[in-house]
Amino acid sequence: MSIPRRKFLGALGAAGMAVAMPGKAQAWESKAPPDPFGCLVDLTRCVGCRKCEQACNEVNKLPEPETKFDDLTILDAKRRPDDKVYTVINRYYPGRMDDRNKLAPTFVKVQCMHCQDPACVSACITGALSKRPDGAVHYDVSKCIGCRYCMAACPFEIPAYEYHDPITPQVRKCTFCFDRLEKGQKPGCVSICPVEAITFGKRDKVLELAKGRISRDPARYVDHVYGEKEVGGTSWLYISGDDFGKVGFQNLPARPMPQTSETIQHALFSYLWSPLALFGLLGAVMGYTSRKHKEEDHDA
Amino acid sequence: MTHKPYPVDRPFWTPGTYVMLVFMIAAALTLVVRYTFGLAAVTNLNNHYPWGIWIGLDVASGVALAAGGFTTAFLAHILGRHYYEAVTRPALLTAALGYTFVAIAVFVDIGRSWAIWKPIVYQNHNSALFEVAMCVMTYVTVLWIEFIPVLAERLGKKIRLLAFLNRILDKTMWVFIILGVVLSCMHQSSLGTLLVIAPTKVSPLWHTPLMPLLFLTSAFAVGYPMVVVETTIATSSLKLDSEMNVLGPLSRITILLLGIYMAIKVGDLIARGAYVTLLDGSAQSNSFLVEVVLGVIVPWVMLLFPAVRRSRKLLFSAAFMIVAGVMLNRFNVFVVSFKAPYASHPYYPAIGEVLVTAGAVATIFFLYRVFVTFFPVLSAQKQEVSQ
Repeated sequence: MSIPRRKFLGALGAAGMAVAMPGKAQAWESKAPPDPFGCLVDLTRCVGCRKCEQACNEVNKLPEPETKFDDLTILDAKRRPDDKVYTVINRYYPGRMDDRNKLAPTFVKVQCMHCQDPACVSACITGALSKRPDGAVHYDVSKCIGCRYCMAACPFEIPAYEYHDPITPQVRKCTFCFDRLEKGQKPGCVSICPVEAITFGKRDKVLELAKGRISRDPARYVDHVYGEKEVGGTSWLYISGDDFGKVGFQNLPARPMPQTSETIQHALFSYLWSPLALFGLLGAVMGYTSRKHKEEDHDA
Repeated sequence: MTHKPYPVDRPFWTPGTYVMLVFMIAAALTLVVRYTFGLAAVTNLNNHYPWGIWIGLDVASGVALAAGGFTTAFLAHILGRHYYEAVTRPALLTAALGYTFVAIAVFVDIGRSWAIWKPIVYQNHNSALFEVAMCVMTYVTVLWIEFIPVLAERLGKKIRLLAFLNRILDKTMWVFIILGVVLSCMHQSSLGTLLVIAPTKVSPLWHTPLMPLLFLTSAFAVGYPMVVVETTIATSSLKLDSEMNVLGPLSRITILLLGIYMAIKVGDLIARGAYVTLLDGSAQSNSFLVEVVLGVIVPWVMLLFPAVRRSRKLLFSAAFMIVAGVMLNRFNVFVVSFKAPYASHPYYPAIGEVLVTAGAVATIFFLYRVFVTFFPVLSAQKQEVSQ
C-alpha cells in the first residue's frame, strides 16, 4: 500500500491535536423538569379494590383482562405491569397484626415511577423516550426501533414489550395519563380511587403533604418517602406503615442512574474531541513512519 | 517469506462446508418464525430479561473478536511494521465479516428491524448505544472499503467499477485505515459503557465505571490472539504453512496488552472491594473466576515462556484461552451478571436463539471460506512448496 501526501499527514496530525485539546469535562447536571406533577401513594390507605387497575384499563383502552377486576384472588400473585396492563396491585403480609390478631395485608400499587432523571430516557438510542415538563416519561413509538435498552436500563423494571408482534412491537408502560394532564384532569387511577390512597398535584406540594402525614402520625408511618431521593427522585412517591423492603420495594441509591454513564459519554465524546485527537495522533505517526520507510529505502 | 496473498486452490465443497450449510438453513428457518410470530416465538426474552445471547454473544463478543482487524491494521499500516502484512488481510476479512454479522444480529434482535435507520435521524447523544450504533454503521462501511483492493485484485478486469474505486483508494486509503482504528477504539469502549447505566442490575463483580476502559483494553488484548487462532485454524484446515514466524512476535506484544488489561481488571476489583463474593460458589462468582483465571491469568503466564510462543499447539492453546476469555467476559457482562430484581426465574437462551447464533457463526466460516477460495486473502505458502 502506498501512502502519499506525507507532509499533509504530518500537518493534519498537528492540527488535529491542536484543535482537539480536551475541554474541561463539564460536571453532570440533572435535566429534571423544575415543576413537575407528582402522585403520592399512601400504602396505609389502599384497600386493594383494583379500581385503579380498571380505570387505567379503560382510560388507556387496554385489552380486556384475563381475570376480571372484581376478582381479588390474584392479589397475592405478585404481578408486574406488562404490555397489556400498566398498573397492578399486589398484596403483601409484612408481619403486622390487625386488631383481631390476624396478619394485616398491605397493598402496593406498581406502575412507572416517572423518574426525574430517567435511565430509560438517557439510554434510548433515538430519544423515543423523553421526560416532559409535566413530569411524564413519554414514549413516542414513531422513533422507537425496539432495541429494548430502556428495559435493560430501568431500575424499576417497568417498560414492557410486545414480544408477540413480529414487525411493529411497542414498548408499553404507564403514560402518567399525560393527555389527561394536558386537559387539566388527573390520571385515571387517581380520579377513581375510592379511599384517596393516591394524591395528585405538583410534586413539591405532594412531597410536603407526605412529610406532613408522617410527622403528624409517626406511629402509623415509617419515616421515609420512597421516591423522594431514590435514583435522584421520582414523580411517584410512596409512604408506608411497613418497611419498604418488606413490601416489594428495592433499596436504591440516591444517585440518578444516568449520571455516571452520561459523564463518561460526554467526557469522551463532547465535540468529538477524543476521536479527532486520536485521528490526528495516528495520522502523525503514520506520516512519520512512512517517511522513515521511504528514507530507509532511499539509503539502501 | 513472500507477502503475496493469493486464492487457495482447495476444493470448496468439503464435509465442513456442508455442515455449515445445515446450520445456516436451520438459522434461516428460525428467522422465518421470528418474523412471522415475533421474538417471543423463538427467544426466552421477556420483560425482565430484554437482552439475551443475540446481544451478549452475537453483538458484544462479535465486536470484540473482530478486534484483530484494527489491531493488525495499526501495527502494519500505521506503525509501518510491514512484516506483519501477511496477517492483515485475513484479519481484515474476519473483521469485515464479523461486523457485518454484528449488524445483522442487531437487525434481527430489535423489534422494529425496518426502523434500524432511525438513529441516524433521531439522535440521543446521551445514549451509549447511539454511539455504538453510529460507529458500527460507519465501521462496517470502512471495513468493506478497506477490502476493495482485495476484490479489485481479482475482479478488477471484469468489474470496471472495482478497478476505478481501487485507483481512487490508492491515494486515500490512509484515511480509512486511521478512521477504522479510531472508530474501533470509540465503540469498543462504548460497548462497555452500555450497562454502566444499570448499577443495581449488573453484579458488582463486573459493574464499574471503568467498564469502557476494560472493554477497550481487552479488545486491544484479544486482537492478536484472535489472529493467531484464526490463522492457525485456516492454515491447518487448508494445509498451509503455519506462519509461526509472524504469530510468535505478535504474541509477545500480547503479553504487554493482556498484562495491562489484567492489571486494570484485578486492580479495579480490589479497589472496589468487589472480590469479597468471589468464593461464595454462586454461578456469577464461578463464571467470573473462569473468565479471569482461565481466560486471562493462565494464558498470560503461558505466553511468558518462549517455548510456548514457539510451539504452534501451545501458542494456539494460549491464544484460544484469551479469545474464549474475552468472549466469556462479554457474555458475563451482558447475560450472567444481569440480575433482574423482579424476575421469578433466570434467563436461559432458547433453542431458537442458539440456532440463530450458531447459524451466524457458520455463515461467517462459510463466507470466510468463500473469500479465501476466490480472492487473494491468505499469504501463507502452500505446504507442498515449502517442503
